[in-house]
Amino acid sequence: MSFEDWIFSLHLLGAATLVGSLVMSWIVVVALRTADTPAATLGLHRVAMVATAATVVGLVVAIAFGLWLAILRIDFHPWDGWVIAAIILWVIATVALLRSFVEYAKPVHKAKELSASAHTAPSAELTALNRTSTGLLLRAVASAAVVLIVIDMIWKPGA
Amino acid sequence: MPDLLAAIRPDDQSFALLLHLVGATVVFGALLASATSLLLARGDTRLLRLGYFSLLLVGLPGLILLRLAGEWLYRLQDWNNLPSQFDEPAWLSIGFVVADWGGLLFLLALALGGIGVYRLRSGKGGTLLLKATMIISLVLIVAYVIAVWAMTGKPN
Repeated sequence: MSFEDWIFSLHLLGAATLVGSLVMSWIVVVALRTADTPAATLGLHRVAMVATAATVVGLVVAIAFGLWLAILRIDFHPWDGWVIAAIILWVIATVALLRSFVEYAKPVHKAKELSASAHTAPSAELTALNRTSTGLLLRAVASAAVVLIVIDMIWKPGA
Repeated sequence: MPDLLAAIRPDDQSFALLLHLVGATVVFGALLASATSLLLARGDTRLLRLGYFSLLLVGLPGLILLRLAGEWLYRLQDWNNLPSQFDEPAWLSIGFVVADWGGLLFLLALALGGIGVYRLRSGKGGTLLLKATMIISLVLIVAYVIAVWAMTGKPN
């Protein structure tokens, strides 16, 4: 394997980590919709933390090695239309994901508050926070942007 | 020659590749969710069940899509008609080993986890069986990382 092959491989491992962690976070988001107690919310939060860490690693590794690859390869460049489209979509996905992390942190704070006051019963307020429509929308936007990046990377329009 | 063939990917193969990648990332994500939930469950029934049902309801459809789309791509790229004087490249063999043997391991994890969830529901334990599911999931995660590296870097 050449040096360029290694960079390409690491770029795609980052992309696979990103998409895989998004699938994982969707599983947690769906499970959160039925969580109504502080214990259930905090339990799922432990799983969500791993998904969040994997998402951040995937985002950073995919863009860093992707840009490096665009500079290294002679058959395409960072200023090619499909590369710029991918970068714009990556920015949209990153912003939407970072904002969704903030939305999904709200039920965790509430669950910690309830736990601290020895409240273990189901809470309507906690259920509503776990079912945040803003968080769901942001996740959907980020996921759509990532799917479009994958399509852009495979078809390379204009290349 | 095989490397040259691999480098040429006509546009009509792109859709099969997209489906193969979607299947691979869905099964990878389900394995991550399953292993993490089972690892962090600490006896929490909700997380133990989440770990199992992630594999069954998300991972299994992903695995089927990965394998079928992979086979479609294999035939579209004419790997099944490779002249006998050429050996199948290592990256393709690694992909098949991970998809097929890994698929069998995946089914074993599902079977053990299924019995575990059943025993959990009837109050007869089952945590140990779900731990076996978790260990298999972790092994499969490593195998998938190796497969992604092999199929993208195309060593040999």
